[in-house]
Amino acid sequence: MPLVDDRGFHGDRWRHIADDEALPETGDVIVSQGRIAEALARPCGRVGTELGPDGDPEALVPHFGDLALIAVTFRSFADGRGFSLARRLRALGFTGELRAAGHVICDQYPYLRACGFDHAEISTDLAKRQPEAYWLQAAKSITLGYQRGMARSTSIFDGRHPAERRLTA
Amino acid sequence: MYRYDDFDERFVRERVAQFRGQVERRLSGALTEDEFKPLRLMNGLYLQLHAYMLRVAIPYGMLSSHQMRQLAMIADRWDRGYGHFTTRQNIQYNWPQLKDVPDILEALADVEMHAIQTSGNCIRNVTSDPFAGVAADEIEDPRPTAEMLRQWSSLHPEFSFLPRKFKIAITGSPNDRAATRVHDIGLRMVRDADGNPGFEVMVGGGQGRTPMIAKVLRDFVPKQQLIAYLEATMRVYNLHGRRDNKFKARIKILVHELGIEEFTRQVEAEFAAMDLPAVSPDPAEWARIEEAFTPPTYAALPEVSPLFVRAYETIPEFAAWADINLMPHKAQGYAGVTVSLKPIGGIPGDATSDQMRILADAADRFGFGQLRVAHEQNIVLPDVPVNDLPALWRMLAAAGLDTPNRGLITDIIACPGLDYCSLATARSIPIAQSISERFADLKRQREIGPLAIKISGCINACGHHHVGHIGVLGLEKHGQEYYQITLGGTPEGDAAVGVNAGPGLAAEQVPEAIERLVDHYLNERLDGETFLKTYRRLGHDAFKGALYAAG
Repeated sequence: MPLVDDRGFHGDRWRHIADDEALPETGDVIVSQGRIAEALARPCGRVGTELGPDGDPEALVPHFGDLALIAVTFRSFADGRGFSLARRLRALGFTGELRAAGHVICDQYPYLRACGFDHAEISTDLAKRQPEAYWLQAAKSITLGYQRGMARSTSIFDGRHPAERRLTA
Repeated sequence: MYRYDDFDERFVRERVAQFRGQVERRLSGALTEDEFKPLRLMNGLYLQLHAYMLRVAIPYGMLSSHQMRQLAMIADRWDRGYGHFTTRQNIQYNWPQLKDVPDILEALADVEMHAIQTSGNCIRNVTSDPFAGVAADEIEDPRPTAEMLRQWSSLHPEFSFLPRKFKIAITGSPNDRAATRVHDIGLRMVRDADGNPGFEVMVGGGQGRTPMIAKVLRDFVPKQQLIAYLEATMRVYNLHGRRDNKFKARIKILVHELGIEEFTRQVEAEFAAMDLPAVSPDPAEWARIEEAFTPPTYAALPEVSPLFVRAYETIPEFAAWADINLMPHKAQGYAGVTVSLKPIGGIPGDATSDQMRILADAADRFGFGQLRVAHEQNIVLPDVPVNDLPALWRMLAAAGLDTPNRGLITDIIACPGLDYCSLATARSIPIAQSISERFADLKRQREIGPLAIKISGCINACGHHHVGHIGVLGLEKHGQEYYQITLGGTPEGDAAVGVNAGPGLAAEQVPEAIERLVDHYLNERLDGETFLKTYRRLGHDAFKGALYAAG
């Protein structure tokens, strides 16, 4: 499935491994939470896991050091739980790659980035309807936001008071 | 009032450009209707029975005369020369074309307005007391906080795809004119023991098909921590609010199912884990916004205006209007004026573009160029010198804007109903019109006293029927419209949801049935007792009996 980030579309070097599928010896794999230890025991290759919309971010905290990626899944673009899950994962200290996987649309891309996601994994069907140019356009459609504490360069609230910011920083 | 700075301006312009692109992609098919729907809704664009409907945000109901004139221009250029003011202090245009909507949004941006989040499963336009900043009974002006909430909630990256819509109301006065207890979150300004301002935070109120009165989440949140506290509350709701059933997706259901104790525990845990300095706007930003709401420079006016007194004593129509439509003002020699959009037999909340321009002119001549929209679907001129009231009244009267009925039985709240709305099950407007005509006699209206009739054309309760002293709910069965009557509701301090009185009535029976309720009240009331008080004293059954008594 295509990946999309600030620079555009890419191929995916990560493989989703289903629970009934054998783990490849090498390569980067995304496994369910129950198979993290098994995947880490391989000779090489990075390990990621999935967090569903009902998932508990706290349960992943003990694995943060081992996980290079967490894929937060979106069943529907209208189900916004993934945005809060991403903010929680970042607040809990996860510094690896954060992926939004499933049905997200290009108009949501700036929100995904602001909530701490690094990229999105979208379906080939959606990539056809919303090609790379749309995502690149969406990424810069709204360059400003008010909210503080988000994963973006600055907030309007801060931009208005550069001097005060410098003093308290 | 608050004026956009370069950041606000750029933000809104970018949003317009973005929506223009979304409309183009919808027209080209790159966006499916399913995908376009939440995007257009978050720009206030609905698809109604006959056309698109655009709902424009009027943050906390505040408008300048300049903005009001632009609303009139939009009504003339892209609609049919009128607009409808709503119970959420917004204005709706009923006939725009999809292709024109980006241009309308551009015209709104020209006067520092937008339609962001007037619909959709996001934080909606924040509503407040129409007399905020001028009411004599106010603890502190809630508008700076309302403006802060407008900015904070605008395109919030985390909270734009909530389980369901989310409405916040805020009041700075102990006399709640903002219906805070029937909102997803209600904020009531209070002070702590040391006199610091903060808010009582109430959660889980709402109307719709499951009306509930909000419960207290925290009795005091310091103003500086309010944004963080709301983020914590919203996060718990976003993660745990129900998404399996649209009708159970509001926060009130989550609060109800978890219980307020457990919900509070989760919010407090989330709040405790937050990095407050990282999330909270800087005190300098609070100060900047507060400065925008510095009161106008009031003249030192005498307590008594001879001009007013003369008009009051010689023109009975003026005296009646002054008795009914004025509010005490904190500054001596000034009054808050309600301009009723409920002429006898009219459509509640509708104003023509000419009326909008006259209201703008009136605000410029008599009221510092400021206007407010009240959730009762009226317009307020918040700061009028008492000395100017006779001249203002003449100006309003010439435009049919002098109806003296604020808070009386013909000051009816009604949603657009089946005449416009695709969700409606029955018409609301003709019911409001027929009740208004039946009780047209002003002497009788004044004898009846405060009585709030509220009419919704479906279970979604946009017409606030649950909190009407008399509520009317329009339903449909086998192609026949019928109307259920609820009794005893109120959105104010002692908020209560009205109780259904029994079997529905046909449209033509409704005015008579209300007449029977009113007659019963007039026969039974004690000295100085309002309809609501008499209802509470005598109980539901007494009024139910009157309602269904053979005519």
